[in-house]
Amino acid sequence: MPFIQNTDADRAEMLAAIGVKSVDDLFEQIPAELRLKEALPIDAGLSENELRAEVAELASWNSPLAGAPHSKGSFLGAGLYRHFIPTVVDSLQGRHEFVTAYTPYQPEGSQGTLTVFFEFQTMVAELLGMEIANASMYDGCSAAAEAVIMAANMVRGRDRVVVSRGVHPHTRRTLETYLRWTGIELVEAPLGANGRTELGGLVDDSTCAVLVQNPNTLGVIEDIEGVAKASREAGAVSICSAYPISLGLLKSPGRAGFDIAVADGQSLGNPPAFGGPSFGLFACAQEHVRRMPGRIVGQTVDGEGRRGFALTFQTREQHIRRAKASSNICTNNALIALRGAIYMAAAGPEGLREVAEHCLAKAQYAAKALGDLPGFELPYADSGSFNEFVLRCPIPAAQINRAIDQAGMIGGLDLSRWYPELGDDLLLLAFTELNTREEIDRLVTTLANIAAAAPVA
Amino acid sequence: MNKDTLLFEKSRPGQRTLRLGKLDVPPADLSALPSAALREKPPLLPEVGELDLVRHYVLLSKKNISITDSFYPLGSCTMKYNPVTNEALVQIPGLADVHPEEDAGRVQGALSVMQRLAEGLAAITGLPGVTLHPAAGAQGELTALLVAHAHFHAQGQHQRDKVLIPDSAHGTNPASATIAGMKAVELKSGPDGLVDLEDLDAKVGDDTAVLMITNPSTLGLFETNIAQICEKVHAAGGLVYMDGANLNAIMGVARPADFGVDMMHINLHKTFSTPHGGGGPGAGPICVTEALERYLPVPRVVEEEGGLRLDYDAPDSIGMLRGWPGNFGVLVRAYAYLRRLGAEGVRRVAENAVLNANYLRAKLREAYHLPFDRVCMHEFVCNTRKQRESGVHALDIAKRLIDLGHHPMTIYFPLVVSEAMMIEPTETESKSTLDAFVEDMLLIAAEAATDPEKLHRAPVTTPVGRLDEGRAVRQPILRYTPAS
Repeated sequence: MPFIQNTDADRAEMLAAIGVKSVDDLFEQIPAELRLKEALPIDAGLSENELRAEVAELASWNSPLAGAPHSKGSFLGAGLYRHFIPTVVDSLQGRHEFVTAYTPYQPEGSQGTLTVFFEFQTMVAELLGMEIANASMYDGCSAAAEAVIMAANMVRGRDRVVVSRGVHPHTRRTLETYLRWTGIELVEAPLGANGRTELGGLVDDSTCAVLVQNPNTLGVIEDIEGVAKASREAGAVSICSAYPISLGLLKSPGRAGFDIAVADGQSLGNPPAFGGPSFGLFACAQEHVRRMPGRIVGQTVDGEGRRGFALTFQTREQHIRRAKASSNICTNNALIALRGAIYMAAAGPEGLREVAEHCLAKAQYAAKALGDLPGFELPYADSGSFNEFVLRCPIPAAQINRAIDQAGMIGGLDLSRWYPELGDDLLLLAFTELNTREEIDRLVTTLANIAAAAPVA
Repeated sequence: MNKDTLLFEKSRPGQRTLRLGKLDVPPADLSALPSAALREKPPLLPEVGELDLVRHYVLLSKKNISITDSFYPLGSCTMKYNPVTNEALVQIPGLADVHPEEDAGRVQGALSVMQRLAEGLAAITGLPGVTLHPAAGAQGELTALLVAHAHFHAQGQHQRDKVLIPDSAHGTNPASATIAGMKAVELKSGPDGLVDLEDLDAKVGDDTAVLMITNPSTLGLFETNIAQICEKVHAAGGLVYMDGANLNAIMGVARPADFGVDMMHINLHKTFSTPHGGGGPGAGPICVTEALERYLPVPRVVEEEGGLRLDYDAPDSIGMLRGWPGNFGVLVRAYAYLRRLGAEGVRRVAENAVLNANYLRAKLREAYHLPFDRVCMHEFVCNTRKQRESGVHALDIAKRLIDLGHHPMTIYFPLVVSEAMMIEPTETESKSTLDAFVEDMLLIAAEAATDPEKLHRAPVTTPVGRLDEGRAVRQPILRYTPAS
C-alpha cells in the first residue's frame, strides 16, 4: 500500500499490544449497519510511474500560456498574470521544512515560518503604504470581503457599502455571498465613459465602506485619492484593492489616504495555476489591529532576552474567540505567501520598479500600434492604464480571439463576459515583462489582417 | 553576521537578486499616466543579492520542525506524509501555466482533474453534489451553512437561524455560523464524550437550521448514535452537517451519507495528504445531497456534448467565496494522492490510522490518564491528571517533546477535557517511530515525577526558548522598522 509503512508483522504485534484480534475489532463502535460491506466504486490505485504518465497525459490536454501549441504569445490577464518567477522562489519555497511544517502554534519549533511572516508583514505593509499587515488571507477576493466586514464593525449603525463596478467580478460576487445575511446592502457605483468609478451622491452617512480597485478590471487607473477623500468626508471606511506589481510605479493605497488595503498576491512569484491557490494581502493602520482578521506575527523575547517571533493577538481568532471571532479563517495560504515574500525580497524596491516599468513599456508599445490600426481604438486611453487595457475592435471580440488562436497565440478577455453592457466588441489585453516585442508585433499583424478584411465602419 | 538577522538587517542599498534583461521596446512613458497616480517613494523592501537571499531562507527553514524530519502527532490535523511526487506534478506547465478564462477546449485537462477528484469524493462520502471551490475547511463550513440558509430561505422557512454545535467542536464551527448570519447554540457532551441526546432533544426545534457534528468527534470517538441524531434533526426539519476533519478514521470503512448526513466538508490538507505549508494553502471541498446541489457555489465543472467547461451561471447558487474555480494546485495533489490509493488504499488508510492510534493509546494508558479509556478511532485524548502533583502541565510536556525531537501533540483542545493532549499518529508512521515516541513519552512521565523543573525549562535545544507572548500583545511589534 502506498505510503503505509507497517508490515503485516508490525500489525500483528500492535494488535497483540492493544489486545484485539483484528483491525475490524477496532471499528466495532461504528454500528454494524453503517459499516461498508463492499469496496468503494473507485478505480484501483496506480503506481508512481503510472500516476506520472496519467497526469502528464491530462496536462497535455491543456494549453499553457507559454508553451506549445500557443507559444507564440499570450495576452490574457483579467486578474491572473504571467510574470517572470525567478528560480529562487521555487527552490526556496520547495524546501521540505517549509512545505511540510504546520501552522506555527508552537513558536519555539517554528521560528522559520514565523520569521518569514514577520518579514512578509513588513513587506506587505510597505508595498500597500500602511502601518501593519497580517500574515495573509486566502486570496484578494476574500480579503476584500473580510475588509468590508471589518469596516462594517468599525462604523456601526451604517448598513450600506458602495462598491465600484470596476472591482473584479469575482470580488463583487464574493462580497455578495459573504454579506447576504448580514443586513448590509451592497450598492454598485457605475463606471463612467472614461472607465473610472463615478461615486455621484452614493457615498453618504449611511455608508460604512467604499471599495475601489486600482487599476480596475478595465485596466483603467482610477482617481483613488478622490475616492478616499469622498469616503473620509462621509465618515466611511475606504478600501482599495491593488495590483501588487503595479505598486512598483503607482501610488500606494495608504499614501492615497485609504483606511484598508487588500490585494491578490498571485502576481508576486506565482504562476496562474488555473486560479489557485493564491494568497491575499491585507493591511491597515495599527490602531485597528484588534479588528483585523487573519493571523498576525509579532516580535518578542524569550527568557534569555533573545529575539523571537510568535503568533499574537490570537484572541481575535476562531480557536479562542469561537463564535465571536473576527473571522472564521484558520488555515490560510502560508506557503504561497512565502513565495510572495521570496519574490518581493528578490526584487527589492528597484526590481519591483523595473518589472513594473517593463510591463508598462510593453503595454504602451502594444497600445500605440493597436490604436493606430484602422477600425480599432482605445476607448479609455485618456484615463491612463498600467499593463492592461481595453481595445475596441471592428468585429466581435470573440472572433478576434479565434483569429489570434489560429495564429498560435492566446488572446485577451472578451469583455462582454463580465461587462455585457459595454458591447461585444471589447477585448481586454494584458502585457507583462514576459511578452516579447516579437510576440506583440505578431499580435498587431494578426489584428491588422483582420482590419484589412473587416468592413470599414 | 549574526545568523538570526532579518533580511532588512542584511540589506545594502542597490543590491538585488531579480534583474530583467534589456527592454526590447521603447522605455515606459510615465508622463502618459496622471502624475497624482504615481508612487513618490519606493517601498522598503529587502535589498539583498542572490546568495544572501538563498542563505537567509535556507537558514530559516532549518528553524522549523516539519513532517519530513519529525513525528508530528497533532490531533485533528492528520499530519500524514506529503508525497513528494505531488510537489513535482503541480509544476508541469500544462497544470501550472493555465488560466481559467482560456477557451474551455484548451483546458480539458484541468477540468478533468477537477471532475475526477469530485467523483472520487462523492464515492467516498456517498454525497453526490460536490464543490471544490472553498479555499479551506473553514470556508467549506461557511459554504455549507450558506447553502443551508439559501435552502431554508427558498422554502420560506425564515425562522430557522440556529446552528447546534457540540461543545467539543473546533472553533471554526461557531465562527462560521456567525458569518453565515446564524446563531451558534452549544450542545452538551455527555459523560461518554458524545453528543448528549437529551440535550439535543431539548434544543432542536423548528428554529434549527443545521446541526454541525464532527464524526468521529474531536475526542477521537465515533458518534455511535449518529443515525438517531440525524433522524431527530430531520424530524425537526433541520439539516445535518458533518465536519469532515476526521475523515481519515473512517474513509472506505463507513460512508457519511449512510449516517443521514446532508452536507460535509473534507480537508484535503488533512485526509488527502496535501501539505500544510506552515499554515496553508488547504482546500475544503463540500459534498451535499442531490436536493442541495443547486445552491452550491460557482463556477462548476459541467459536462456537455463538446466536453467539460466552467459554468458561472447557476441561478440558485450562493455565488462565490473566492476568486476563480478553487485552489487548483491543491486539488491536483489530492487527485494524485487518491489515484495512488485506489479503493483498497482508501480503506487501508483508515484501518492503519485507527490501528496506530490504538497502539499508542495502549502503550501510554498506564503513564497518562485517559478520560475515555476505550478503543479510539484515529486519535485519542489523554491529559495530565497523573502528573498533577508534580505541577507539570500539558504545555510542559509539549515543550519537552520538542527537545526530544518530536513535534508536540495538540494541547488544550478539545475544550471539554481539561489539560487535553490529543494524539493522532496517522497511518503513514512506522511502528518503530511510534515505539520511539512511546519511549520518550514514558521518559517525560518519569521526569515529571523526579525532575519537573526540567520540563518547565523546556525547550532548551531550539533557537529560542519559551517566548513572552504577553509582551507581544502589550508592546506590539508587528513589522520591522529601520532605526532612524
